[in-house]
Amino acid sequence: MAEQIYFEDVSEGMELPVEVRNPTPRQLVQYAGASGDFYEIHYDRNFAQNTGLKDIIIHGALKNAMLGAYVTGWAGPAGELRRLTVQYRGMDYPDEPITAKGHVSRVYQEGSANLVDCTIWLENPDGQQTTPGTATVHLPSRSG
Amino acid sequence: MTTNSFTLTDEMREQSIGVESEPVSMAIEQGHIARFAEAIGDDNPAYTVGTPETAGIIAPPTFLRAIRDIRPELPFEIPFDRLLDGGSDWEYFGHVRPGDTISAVARVEDIRERTGSIGQMLIATIKITYRNQHDAIVATQTSTSIRY
Repeated sequence: MAEQIYFEDVSEGMELPVEVRNPTPRQLVQYAGASGDFYEIHYDRNFAQNTGLKDIIIHGALKNAMLGAYVTGWAGPAGELRRLTVQYRGMDYPDEPITAKGHVSRVYQEGSANLVDCTIWLENPDGQQTTPGTATVHLPSRSG
Repeated sequence: MTTNSFTLTDEMREQSIGVESEPVSMAIEQGHIARFAEAIGDDNPAYTVGTPETAGIIAPPTFLRAIRDIRPELPFEIPFDRLLDGGSDWEYFGHVRPGDTISAVARVEDIRERTGSIGQMLIATIKITYRNQHDAIVATQTSTSIRY
């Protein structure tokens, strides 16, 4: 069972655990099938290179989903994602490690809701933030 | 290369903002959710068997991207064929579960013209509203698409 993080455990500036993923061309094909996005730049190297790319690139929407998985994993089974924003600033390529990082930017209550804003991003192997984003999650309270 | 002759007039902007797509519906299937979760590399059991906290199986964040071709028709020809996805802003209001039917409508929120490093661009902000079979809004996605 995944561990639960509680609202009381969270403070501004707290870092989310770093996660490294290694997307493969196979995963991009899986994502193409599951999402219905069959744009060839994500699985056909010749096609991608003919459009001026150096190789096939990871779907922006897959990176969006990876950030969603990253922050919901951190928020635990009873955490709920309320908002997820992402910007595509740079290309990412399969067969290269992609690193998810983040920190808590705001801890607050809205009515009776315990909300936490996080700054999250994906980094390429050169340490560039190709995919910055933000998330708002609702966390359970220890007092129930 | 496209020539630099395209101009987005105030009138074209005004005619575009508020234009809505036809609704596009998708029946939500358990197997599809499981395949999507596997494809994004998320082994959270909420997406395959359900958890007590989620009271059954739910769809992962961004799953609604699988509803495709939700396009508002702009009232003019766009002279660019290349497309870049600038980013997305998702807001979630309720869970999506197997057996639901989700209907999506896209609306043009804004459109503007800019010249940048890749030349002239048309930047559109599109908001997709996703409703379930009870007419409850489960999510919205505001995305930026760049044509150049």
